[in-house]
Amino acid sequence: MHKIITKKEIAPAVKLFEIKAPLVAKKARAGQFVILRIDENGERIPLTIANFDAQRGSITIIFHEVGKTTKQLGGLNEGDNIADIVGPLGNAMVSKKYGTVVCIGGGVGIAPIYLKIKAFKRAGNEVISIIGARTKELLILEEGIRKTSDELYIATDDGSKGHHGFVTDVLQELIDTKKNIDLVLAVGPVVMMRAVGNVTKRHGIKTVVSLNPIMIDGTGMCGACRVTIDGKSRFACVDGPEFDAHLVDFEELMNRQRIYLDEEDVALQKFEDHKCH
Amino acid sequence: MSLRLSMPELGLKKRRHSFDEVALGYSAEQAIAEAKRCLQCASIKSRNIKAECVRGCPTETDIPRFVKYVSEGDFDSAIEVIKERNALPAICGRVCPYENQCEKLCILSKKGEALAIGGLERFVADHERKKNIKVSKKAETSGKIVAVIGSGPAGLTTAADLAKLGHDVTIYEALHEVGGVLMYGIPEFRLPKEIVQAEVEYVKRLGVSIQTNVVIGRSIGVEGLLEKFDAVFIGTGAGLPRFLNIPGENLNGVYSSNEFLIRTNLMKAYKFPEYDTPIKIGKKVAVIGAGNVAIDSARVALRLGGEDVCIIYRRSEKEMPARAEEIKRAKEEGIQFKLLTNPVRIIGDEGGWVKQIECVRMKLGDSDKSGRRMPIPIEDSEFTLDVDTVIIAIGQSPNPLISKVTNGLKTTRGGAIKIDENGRTSLEGVFAGGDITPGTATVIEAMSAGKRAARAIHEYISR
Repeated sequence: MHKIITKKEIAPAVKLFEIKAPLVAKKARAGQFVILRIDENGERIPLTIANFDAQRGSITIIFHEVGKTTKQLGGLNEGDNIADIVGPLGNAMVSKKYGTVVCIGGGVGIAPIYLKIKAFKRAGNEVISIIGARTKELLILEEGIRKTSDELYIATDDGSKGHHGFVTDVLQELIDTKKNIDLVLAVGPVVMMRAVGNVTKRHGIKTVVSLNPIMIDGTGMCGACRVTIDGKSRFACVDGPEFDAHLVDFEELMNRQRIYLDEEDVALQKFEDHKCH
Repeated sequence: MSLRLSMPELGLKKRRHSFDEVALGYSAEQAIAEAKRCLQCASIKSRNIKAECVRGCPTETDIPRFVKYVSEGDFDSAIEVIKERNALPAICGRVCPYENQCEKLCILSKKGEALAIGGLERFVADHERKKNIKVSKKAETSGKIVAVIGSGPAGLTTAADLAKLGHDVTIYEALHEVGGVLMYGIPEFRLPKEIVQAEVEYVKRLGVSIQTNVVIGRSIGVEGLLEKFDAVFIGTGAGLPRFLNIPGENLNGVYSSNEFLIRTNLMKAYKFPEYDTPIKIGKKVAVIGAGNVAIDSARVALRLGGEDVCIIYRRSEKEMPARAEEIKRAKEEGIQFKLLTNPVRIIGDEGGWVKQIECVRMKLGDSDKSGRRMPIPIEDSEFTLDVDTVIIAIGQSPNPLISKVTNGLKTTRGGAIKIDENGRTSLEGVFAGGDITPGTATVIEAMSAGKRAARAIHEYISR
């Protein structure tokens, strides 16, 4: 059992939990994730470790309430317990000195880049961050990222803050006007990561994305998270989650993320009906 | 002619949509009657002569002795005899391939039918569980501590044997449930999970402590364990699913058997939406492979609503590795067998879902290294089958996680951890057994490896 120590709503329907998980906190590194299961009947879902504190024996997760499991999770309160948390899983990011690194986070994908920005800074890189969301309320962790990054650009789909448009517009402009960019890192919706990859490929800029396919065990056993990288099948849980954006088959990934859409609706409907009664 | 008493089974109609156990087990009267058929072949310890059946048992259970007690109606003594050698009798009594082991060597089989040793083992184990499981005698506490990685049949057996010898054992399990393949792999209708948990409970009552949700190699390393423990046993199993490496394997609707069974057995997707984990099953299901896992997957698919479920296998019926009993049941339930057939590619529709599978017909050539005749494609014999779910069940490779992150742990080219005949690895104080090592394939072989390793660990830490 893992106790929820802190709960915050950091944007509409976006929750931050600090959870007791000493074993995970002790070994966690930027880029890794946990798998959690809320209770006996729950499914196992992967969530990026947004922060960790070995001394407090805690990890932080940030999630958007979109489906049954994330809504149920968001309904838990400080002091409540989560049945199972396992991790840290996946490979830690490689944080060496590249030179100038552009970190792009989209939506709830902003959460995982925060630790990465810090790691890139520690390794002596110049870090330019771009965060984007549908609307300004959904721009999470803005202050922290502003303080850590050398420069911060913002893009919103509705133009409520920063550039009116996509993070890729900002990236394109940076490439056009800026000196050399040595590495781009992008985490967010698959369409965004694909778009970033398309932009940087044209300019030959090395780009890393963190993939989020469906997973069950997270230890390489089930193969649900297989993704095609450079024509070969890889398991995101043990071979990733970070891959070279220019080698990822994004169409296939998007397709595989849609496998259970019908069932997700059924589960959500049942959960909401149950809540109303 | 001496014919064995057949075991009652769940009716065919009920089986179609139910995950209830198929084999129902003997009643006390039936068990006594069956046990009386035993010829009580003698084992002579002083001359190291063992009854044939005992020679066939990987855990060397004293079969004639426990069967004698059954024939006398003394079931409590019978289970005590079994538990001298085997901590998981209700599991073995269900999933052991006894027809290739103890029963194969039974003298009765020469003139009629072998004694139903597996059925009798199952009966006494179930009899004890219904009453109350007694904890075997334990040696005095040794003060030595041992870490066991993985709570499948190998790990549970090693832990139980070491605990009985007085050692303090901690099992680390990566998943949220204890039992490994017994929980995630073998379906409910062949091995009810309640029975696995009862036997796990027995291992706990021997004093073994179990920590779930700990991935050794991620949360803690083997080196870290060695700093704290006197010895480490690795029993992490064959976790890595194999794929065919043909086009279309990542289409929606294609599962590895591991994923398909984990969803169903471990996550209880057959009870969706009461349980949150979903599973998608079409009407036309093709399962590739013919081992026990393939047969299990096909029978699960049928129970989940598959109407047309077939096994596609590149060799002939004779070479199918699954247990004969389970193949028979699968056929009864309506599973089709497309033999001498090999998939070449999986074809998808515009939405990225499986639509068809293209196969080629095969013929058998000369024998290969395994002694089985090699399947050879017949030229221009390609044909397609309409399918909407494909399950790939062509085997698993050893879980690579620990060997990848542990310096000095030697593995074979296939990724299995190398061990000597006592389960010792290339690292001092580290032992291994079960599917993570070469050549193991069944629950009972994993248990037997666990027993060997437990003996070696005991010697090592008592030196």
